[in-house]
Amino acid sequence: MDTTLQRRRFLQGATLAAGGALLTTRLSFAGSGGDSRLVVVIMRGAVDGLAAVPPWGDPDYARLRGSLAIAAPGATDGALRLDDLFGLHPQLAFLHESFAAGELTVFQAVATPYRDRSHFDGQDVLESGVVVPHASQTGWLNRALAAQPRAARGAERGVALGSNVPLMMRGPAEVASWAPTKLAELDPDTLQRIAELYAHDPMLGQRLGEAQTANAMAGDGSQPMMGGAGPNRYEEVIRATAGFLANEAGPRVAVFDTTGWDTHANEGGARGQLGTRFAALDAALRTLKTQLGSTWRDTAVLALTEFGRTAAVNGTGGSDHGTGTAALLLGGAVRGGKVICDWPGLSAGSLYQRRDLAPTLDLRALLKGTLVEHMGLPAAALDTVFPDSGGVKPLRDLFRV
Amino acid sequence: MRDSQAPAIATNRFGLGARPGEMAACAADPRGWLEAQLQGTPPVIEDPGLRSTATMVVALDALRSRNSKAVAEAVVKLGEIYRPAYVAEVGARLRLAAATERPFLERITQFWSNHFAISVDKAVVLGVAGSYEREAIRPNVLGSFAQLLLAVERHPAMLLYLDNFRSVGPDSALAGQAQRRTGKTLGINENLAREIMELHTLGVDGGYTQADVTAFAKVITGWSIGARGFGPRGGGEPGEFFFRASIHEPGVETVMGRRYAQEGRDQGESVLLDLARHPATARHIATQLCRHFIADDPPPEAISRLAGVFERSGGDLPAVYRALIAEESAWSRPLSKFKTPNDYVISAWRALDLPLADARSVPPVFANLGQRVWSPNSPAGWPDRSADWDGASALMQRLRWADQIGQRVGAGVNAQELAPQLLGATLGADTRQALGRAASAAQAVTLLLASPEFMRR
Repeated sequence: MDTTLQRRRFLQGATLAAGGALLTTRLSFAGSGGDSRLVVVIMRGAVDGLAAVPPWGDPDYARLRGSLAIAAPGATDGALRLDDLFGLHPQLAFLHESFAAGELTVFQAVATPYRDRSHFDGQDVLESGVVVPHASQTGWLNRALAAQPRAARGAERGVALGSNVPLMMRGPAEVASWAPTKLAELDPDTLQRIAELYAHDPMLGQRLGEAQTANAMAGDGSQPMMGGAGPNRYEEVIRATAGFLANEAGPRVAVFDTTGWDTHANEGGARGQLGTRFAALDAALRTLKTQLGSTWRDTAVLALTEFGRTAAVNGTGGSDHGTGTAALLLGGAVRGGKVICDWPGLSAGSLYQRRDLAPTLDLRALLKGTLVEHMGLPAAALDTVFPDSGGVKPLRDLFRV
Repeated sequence: MRDSQAPAIATNRFGLGARPGEMAACAADPRGWLEAQLQGTPPVIEDPGLRSTATMVVALDALRSRNSKAVAEAVVKLGEIYRPAYVAEVGARLRLAAATERPFLERITQFWSNHFAISVDKAVVLGVAGSYEREAIRPNVLGSFAQLLLAVERHPAMLLYLDNFRSVGPDSALAGQAQRRTGKTLGINENLAREIMELHTLGVDGGYTQADVTAFAKVITGWSIGARGFGPRGGGEPGEFFFRASIHEPGVETVMGRRYAQEGRDQGESVLLDLARHPATARHIATQLCRHFIADDPPPEAISRLAGVFERSGGDLPAVYRALIAEESAWSRPLSKFKTPNDYVISAWRALDLPLADARSVPPVFANLGQRVWSPNSPAGWPDRSADWDGASALMQRLRWADQIGQRVGAGVNAQELAPQLLGATLGADTRQALGRAASAAQAVTLLLASPEFMRR
């Protein structure tokens, strides 16, 4: 048996132990976070936060951004106004409606503790919740799930939408994963025999069990594929997400990946490549709200990326890897309608290393606030969920309670 | 070391999955069988449906030069040219992988293709991903690392994928003209320079800084693609690598503490040659090879040994492959690697000698299993650890496909006789028993493909 399998089994053992301990010590939290749903949208490739949440009121903004600049609110294709400084990208109409309805909080000049510019290390830190890249094989969201009081025993509390489980969701807590299928289902007899064949293979046995649970819950797995590259690209996965979260016995936390945000060339301003991506994301979130129905009021959606992009347009109508970026917190459970930002400005001297938006908010403050206030995570568990982050206090009053 | 398992490891881990009879043929000397595959020039893929990168890039250029009204039409037209090219390339690649008698060399080729990944997630890559592998990777896998690196970084597909073809030196002749005539500021795009350092050579902890990335990006301004006509966009051989002097940043640059005063294209080649022989590069490549051929978390001593061979041999790739074959830890832990979908499909094709009449049926197989060919979602390529591939949903897709194959070809297959030829000494009692009790020949094939031993290599 190789080391990976042994480690996995060890982690399972650790979960049981931790879960047992929690059951006895955390009775006072029973019920807290029980109905709350959390959806995390990972935006891989480094989203241009200055395009998502343009600081149209900043005196240096239009000059620096050149062809990428979004016009002021009111102009043709102008930013969707949030306040006197910030707007939303014009393709984010649903998010703008949500802001007006008090269901969206916008964060600007945010960063993880990672300060270099590698996508892969940046995503690792974003997902692991650990300061050093590749220092952890488990993700912060999974550790948070593992530290929560057990609600329905046996049911996985988390689901990854996609064939494989992103690092953020890997770890001691069992999670499901789900992806659309076009292949025919196996007949029950063959499936039973495969299950027997996996009886002595802990990893495959566990995965098979998870898959069967997830399939039963998603329900519409046999529907034809939708989406592709168009504005409905996330349609099917969003419908499945809603199916999972609206199910009373289903998972409470869902994660899904989006890609294509690495806009080095021809990024476009109000319209163009990035605008098309934003429009698809906006449409997906609108669908999520519709599909969740009354569950929306218990739901929070976090849209996160590994870092931002250069403040100035580059030589090819795009932007290169940067630092500070934007993050979004959306949902019926959110006490929104505000922009949370200590704006550093875009003058040459205020940029990070004279090229990137300087971060003034540690992303972990937002994540901690969400886990504690929305998901009922005991504050004492924050040290294991985000190690070495003692100085980062959870943001408060992010949610209607 | 359990030598009874050596033939299974040679064919399944180093190779692409045993074909019936292959394990018996290599049993006398599994290591010698692998080494023999390094002799002679790498195979060339011949197929009437394949086109060169230059042909495809010229087709793209022809569409680009039309007026803006024709843009929508051009996009459709591009798909009409690019999609069949992609389908033909994917089919030809599988045909070779399924039949080759040098499966170790083919695994190495695919390893490098993924190390220097480009992705059809970017529309223009769809038409050139296969030709890139045939032109830049395949001919160079038995040379030196530097030779492979240079071939990759000046290949038009890479220059398109990571945007370098239009990265403009801020003090270049063209940037000056544009500034005077139109007031437009042209500049660099550092995408390729960063990924060369981070992914292709030194590795993310290789000791470079942001200033090194920026300086290197300036060094390789002008590494571009030839096009018809004159002026800033024309010149060179259409669709081929072209050093466009008018956009090259003039002057001396310092990269990783070393001054590069060369003129023109030589400057970039000098930096690449230095990167190729940097100790951090040796270590980075050794780590990835060990992860691919030994285990997700390979022993540090194995990495050090391989990095040492890489450095001492000046990046001589066959010497590195021979050191890998000689690495004991690669032979001591059978089944430590969970197959990627790509591994899984190819090994099934080899195991069952599946037919491949219509190439159009091939791309959806890889896509359904979660690894559409040449489509990693970043220039880092596909990940290479179990946890990246062993999700529950991915497993179900594999099983559904295995069942489809079982139902399609199983009636003519004796899985009980086939299993030892595919799995050798790694075949376990549970699987043997399940095959013996299967309800039908078709179900037995499904179970063989579903078995824990066949899921791994």
